[in-house]
Amino acid sequence: MAIEFKKRPGIVAYLTAGDPDLATTRDIALAAIDNGADVIELGVPFSDPLADGPVIQRASERAVARGVRLTDVLELAKELRTARPAAGLVLFSYLNPVVRMGMKAFCARAAEAGVDGVLLTDMIVEEAREYLDEMQANRLAPIFLAAPTSPDARLKAIAAVSQGFVYAISRVGITGTQQQVAGDASGLVMRLRQFTKLPIAVGFGISNAEHVKAVSEFADAAIIGSALVALIEKTPAAEAASVIGQFIAGLST
Amino acid sequence: MSASSTIHVTATAAGRFGAYGGRYVPETLMAALEELEEAYALAQKDPAFQAELEDLLHNYCGRPTPLYFAKRLTEQLGGAKIYLKREDLLHTGAHKINNALGQGLLARRMGKQRIIAETGAGQHGVATATVCALLGLECVVYMGVEDMQRQELNVYRMRLLGAEVRGVSAGSATLKDAINEAMRDWVTNVRTTYYVLGSALGAHPYPTMVRDFHRVISREARAQMLEQEGKLPTAIVACVGGGSNAIGAFYEFLPDTDVELIGVEAGGRGTALGEHAARFQKIGGGVPGVLQGTYSYVLQNDAGQISSTHSVSAGLDYASVGPEHAMLHDSGRASYVSCSDDAALKATVTLSRTEGILPALESAHAVAEAIRLAPTMAKTDVLMVNLSGRGDKDMGILARELDLKGSERTKG
Ligand SMILES: Cc1ncc(COP(=O)(O)O)c(C=O)c1O
Repeated sequence: MAIEFKKRPGIVAYLTAGDPDLATTRDIALAAIDNGADVIELGVPFSDPLADGPVIQRASERAVARGVRLTDVLELAKELRTARPAAGLVLFSYLNPVVRMGMKAFCARAAEAGVDGVLLTDMIVEEAREYLDEMQANRLAPIFLAAPTSPDARLKAIAAVSQGFVYAISRVGITGTQQQVAGDASGLVMRLRQFTKLPIAVGFGISNAEHVKAVSEFADAAIIGSALVALIEKTPAAEAASVIGQFIAGLST
Repeated sequence: MSASSTIHVTATAAGRFGAYGGRYVPETLMAALEELEEAYALAQKDPAFQAELEDLLHNYCGRPTPLYFAKRLTEQLGGAKIYLKREDLLHTGAHKINNALGQGLLARRMGKQRIIAETGAGQHGVATATVCALLGLECVVYMGVEDMQRQELNVYRMRLLGAEVRGVSAGSATLKDAINEAMRDWVTNVRTTYYVLGSALGAHPYPTMVRDFHRVISREARAQMLEQEGKLPTAIVACVGGGSNAIGAFYEFLPDTDVELIGVEAGGRGTALGEHAARFQKIGGGVPGVLQGTYSYVLQNDAGQISSTHSVSAGLDYASVGPEHAMLHDSGRASYVSCSDDAALKATVTLSRTEGILPALESAHAVAEAIRLAPTMAKTDVLMVNLSGRGDKDMGILARELDLKGSERTKG
C-alpha cells in the first residue's frame, strides 16, 4: 500500500463515491485497479462542489441525495484496501465534511481504513497546519493541487508539504472534459519540477488515450475524472465495472 | 459545539476574525486573492482613490443618508425612541451600492474589464450592474432561478442596465447556488475577471474589504446620533443575511460597549433545519464549518452537507454568515435573534402605514425586532434600525402574501 507509479504514465482514476451506489463504486474501483489504475481517488460527495463542472456536480448531487456520507466512503476505502492491498488509495474531499467529523478523527479513521493519502480541494497550504500535523501523525500523504496561476513561490510551498504526488491542474477552470490537453499543463509541470522530486500527476480534462499519451511526455501520471464519471452516468450499474475496466485498459495502449 | 468541529488557526493565516474567516479556496484562485489583497491595500492608502469614491458616494449615490426619527412609530409603540438609518434612500435602493461602487473602482484600477457578481434579492446585482454601466465595464450576474422569480423586477433592472443575468438552477436555486456558480466562473476566467462579492463573506480579503466599504454607515450614524440626540443609541438593530449591512452599521460602535448590537436573522417558517436561515439559532441552527471560502457558522446536517434554507426574503436566505459576525456572536459583543416570515411581513405593513416608508423584506426583519423590543425599553432609550433597503422590489411577494386587493375593498 503506497502511492507508486510503476509505469509511465501512471493512471489515477477519480470516482465519485456512491454514484450510482456504493457497491457499484466498489466494483468499478476494483475493475479500474485490475486494468491498470495505479491510484484510486475516492471522491466524497458534497452538496456544494464549487470546483467541479456539471458532470461531477451531477454525480455528487445523486450521491448526496442517496445519503452517502463521509463515513460510508471511509468504509468503502477499507473494503478496497482489503481487496487490493497494493493499490494506491486517496480520499478526495471538500473541507466541510472533514471539519464536521473533526480533523483529528478524520485522519485517524482514514489511516485505519488503509488510505494512503488525502486531497482536500479547498485547503490551501497557508491554512493547513493542523491538517498537516494530523496527517503526519497518521502517516498519511497530504496531496495538494498546483495551478497554472500559482506563482513559483506558491509552487515551492506546495511542493514542500506535499507527499505521494503533486496534483498539477492542467488549466485554469473547473473539472470537466475538454478537447485537448491545455498548453498550460506542461509549463506548470516544468515549473513544479524545479521544486520537487515527487511524481507529478496532471488532471482536469484528461479524457482519452491521446490525452494520456500527451501527458506522458512531460509528467509522471494522468488523472482521469469527469470522463469516467460521465461514462458511469450513461452506463447501467450492472455493466459499469466492466465498461470502466475496458476504458482504463484502453488508456495506456 | 464540540471542540472537534473547530479549525485550529495557524499563525500565518490571513484574514482571521478570532477563529473564523481565513481562506479556503481552490488553489487556482489564490494568486487572484493575493493580487486583490495587495491592490486593495494600495487603494486604501491612495488619496485619489478615496477621493473618487467619496465624491461618487456623495454626488452619485446620495450619501450621507439621513438618520430619521420615526415619531409616529415611536408613539405607537410607546417605548424607546426609534431612529431609522435611511440606506433605503441610496441610489439603487439599498446599502449594497456602497460596496459595489468601492469594488467597481478597485476593479477598474486593477485593469479588469469583466465583472461578475452573485445576487440573492437582486439588490447587489442591480448595484453592480449600475456601477458597471457607470464605469463602462462588462457585467455578468449569477442569480438562482428561484430568486429570479421572486425578485423579477430586479432581473429586468439588471438587464436594462446592460448586465447579463445568468440563472442558476442547481441546489435550491438561491443565493448559495449563485455564489457557487460565480466562483466557478471566476476560477475559469480568473486572469481577466474581477468578482464583486456582495456581502461580508467569502475568502480573505472579501469580508474585511466589504465591511470597510460599508463602515460609512456607522461612521455617519454615530455622528448624526450625537448631533440629534446628544448621545449614542441604546441599541442598534440590523438584519443579517451575509452580514454586510449589519457589520457596516455596527462597526464604528464596536468600541462603545454600552451600545447594544443586535443582528436579526431570517426565522423563516419554523425552527427545524431547512425551514429558516438562522445560523446562530441554538437548536436547529448552524455549527462552525467551511462554505464558499470562509470558516463560520454554517447550516448543515451531521455529515457536513450544507442544508437548504428558507426565508420570505431572498437576501437573507443563505446557509452561512460573515465570519466577523461569528466572532461577535461568540464574544458576546453582538447578539443575534431571528424573526419569522410572518413578523417581517407584518412589520412591512406597520412601517408603511405609520411612517410612509416601505422597507425591503430583508430590512423588515430588523424593523420587526425593533417593534418587538421598543415597548420593553424606557422612553429615554434610543433604538437605531439600519433600514438597509426599500421594498419596491418585493411588491410581487407582498401583493400575494398580504392580499392587498382584499384589504383595499374592505377599507372602501
Ligand atoms: C436591502 C437588503 N438588506 C439586506 C440584505 C442582506 O445582505 P447583508 O446581510 O449582506 O446586508 C440584502 C441582500 O440582498 C438586501 O438587499
